[in-house]
Amino acid sequence: MNPNIVEIDNLSFGYKGRMLHQGINMVFPRGKVVAIMGGSGSGKTTLLRLIGGQIKPSKGEVRVDGQVVHKQSREGVYKLRRKMGMLFQHGALFTDLSVFENVAFPMREHTDLPESMIRDLVLMKLNAVGLRGAYKMMPTELSGGMARRVAVARAIALDPSIIMYDEPFAGLDPISMGVVCDLIRTLNDALGATSIIVTHDVEETFRFADYIYFVADGVVAAEGTPEDLRNSDLPFVHQFVFGEKDGPVAFHYAADDYGRTMLGTDT
Amino acid sequence: MIKSAILIALVRGLRSIGHQSIKGVWRFGAGMRLFWLTLISSGESFRRFHLTIREIYFTGVMSLIIILVSAFFVGMVLGLQGYHTLQRYGSSEAIGVLVALALVRELGPVVTALLFAGRAGTAITAEIGLMKATEQLSAMEMMAVSPISRVIAPRFWAGVIAMPILAILFSMVGILGGYLLAVPVIGVDAGAFWSQMQANVDWRHDILNGVIKSFVFGVACTMIALFEGYDAPPTAEGVSRATTRTVVTSSLAVLGLDFILTSFMLNV
Repeated sequence: MNPNIVEIDNLSFGYKGRMLHQGINMVFPRGKVVAIMGGSGSGKTTLLRLIGGQIKPSKGEVRVDGQVVHKQSREGVYKLRRKMGMLFQHGALFTDLSVFENVAFPMREHTDLPESMIRDLVLMKLNAVGLRGAYKMMPTELSGGMARRVAVARAIALDPSIIMYDEPFAGLDPISMGVVCDLIRTLNDALGATSIIVTHDVEETFRFADYIYFVADGVVAAEGTPEDLRNSDLPFVHQFVFGEKDGPVAFHYAADDYGRTMLGTDT
Repeated sequence: MIKSAILIALVRGLRSIGHQSIKGVWRFGAGMRLFWLTLISSGESFRRFHLTIREIYFTGVMSLIIILVSAFFVGMVLGLQGYHTLQRYGSSEAIGVLVALALVRELGPVVTALLFAGRAGTAITAEIGLMKATEQLSAMEMMAVSPISRVIAPRFWAGVIAMPILAILFSMVGILGGYLLAVPVIGVDAGAFWSQMQANVDWRHDILNGVIKSFVFGVACTMIALFEGYDAPPTAEGVSRATTRTVVTSSLAVLGLDFILTSFMLNV
C-alpha cells in the first residue's frame, strides 16, 4: 500500500491569466495531520478544491489513493469524494435542516441504513464533538464554534480516510479554538484518518500538526515539522511564524510613488 | 474635435451593445445547459418524491394566499367591467361567460405566473443564491451529492407541478368572485350566469389550453428562478441583483410566451 494517501505532483493552477500555483509538490502520509500554511490569497483553499476535484489543474496532477483526480469521470470523482470529509471555513451547514439532519445527510444520501441505526450513528458523531445535546437545534441557533463542531461531525459521518479542514480556527474564541484543535487531533487518531488543514494560525497549528507546508508566491516556500520550522532561518518562515510586520512579504501592496498618489498624478 | 468625440461615443455605444448581446446569448446558453442537466438529473426527484413534495409545499402551498386573494379581486373587477360593458348591449347574462373565458384562457395562467414569479420565484433565487454564497452547494458537491439532482431538480418539478394547480385554483376563485359580484350584488340571474358559462366554455379549447399555458409558464418561471440563483455571484449584492432579474426576466418571458402560445392556440 502507498504510504501517502494524497500526492500532489508538479501542480500548476491559474485562472484569468494569473498563475496561483507553479510546480507544487506535496505528500500527505496516511494517519498524519498535515497543515498547509500561507498568507491570505496564497491559494491554500484552492489546493483543497484541487484535491477534492472541484477544479482541474493547469499542469501536473493530484493523486488520491493512487488515482489521478482530474482524470476521473464524474462518477469516479464522486467515488473518491466518498473517502473524504471536508470542513468548510464557516461550516456550510444546511440552514433548512436541523443539526441532527445535517449530520444524517451524508448517511441518508449514500447508505440504506435503517432509521434507528442512522439515529445511533448521528448521536455518536455528535457526542464525539460534544454536541449530542444540541441535536434538535437549527444551525441559526448555534454559535460559530458550535456550528464548526457540527460541521466536523458531518464531515466524519461516513468515517472518511481523508478529512480536510479549511480555516478551522477562523473567527473562533480561544476556548472554541482549543476545543477544535483537540478535536482535529483526537478524531484523526481515533478514525485512523489523514487530516489536511489549511490555516494561517501559527500557534494552534504548531501545537498538533505532524508536518507543515508553507505556500508563498505559488510554490512551497518551506516544509518540515513544527520544530524544524520554528528554528528555520528562512526569512519568509521567520516573518510568518513570528508575525513580523515587514520582511519578504511587504507591508505595502505594490503602489506608485506616495507623493504622486497624493497629488493625484499617479498612473 | 467634436467629430472625434462623437465617433468615440458611437464606438463605445456599439461596443456596449455587442458586449450586452454576447452576455445575453451566453446566459441563455448557460440557462439551457442547466435546464438540460436538470432534466437528466430528475430521477431522484421522483424516486424520493418527498423531496419534491416538500418543495411543492414551499412554492405552491405558501403562494396560495396571495394567489387566491388576487384571484377573488380580479374576478370581481372582471364582473364589474363586464357588466358595465355588456348591459349597454342588453346581454348582461353573458357576464358568466366573459369572466370564465377571460380567467381560464388568459388571466388565470398569466396573473398566476406573474404572482408566482414575485412570490415563489424570488424565494427560490434568494435561497439558491445564499446556499451558494454560504458554500452549502460546494459542501454538497464535496459529499459526492449532486446539487442539481438534490437541490435544483426537486424545486424545478415542484414549480412545474404547482403552477397549473395554482392557475386552476386562480380561475375557480376568480369565477367565484365574479359570481358573488354579478349575482347577489348586481342581480344578474344565477341560472343564466352558470348555464351560459357551461354552454360556451369549451373543455379542450379553453380549459386545456389554459392548463397548457400555465404548464409552460411553470417551466419558464421556475427555471429562470433556479438559474438566476445558481448563477448569482456569491455576495449580498449578487443575490439581490439575481432576485430582481428573476422577477423582470420571468415577467417578460411569461408575457412573450403567452403571445406565442395564444397565436398557436388561435391558429392565427
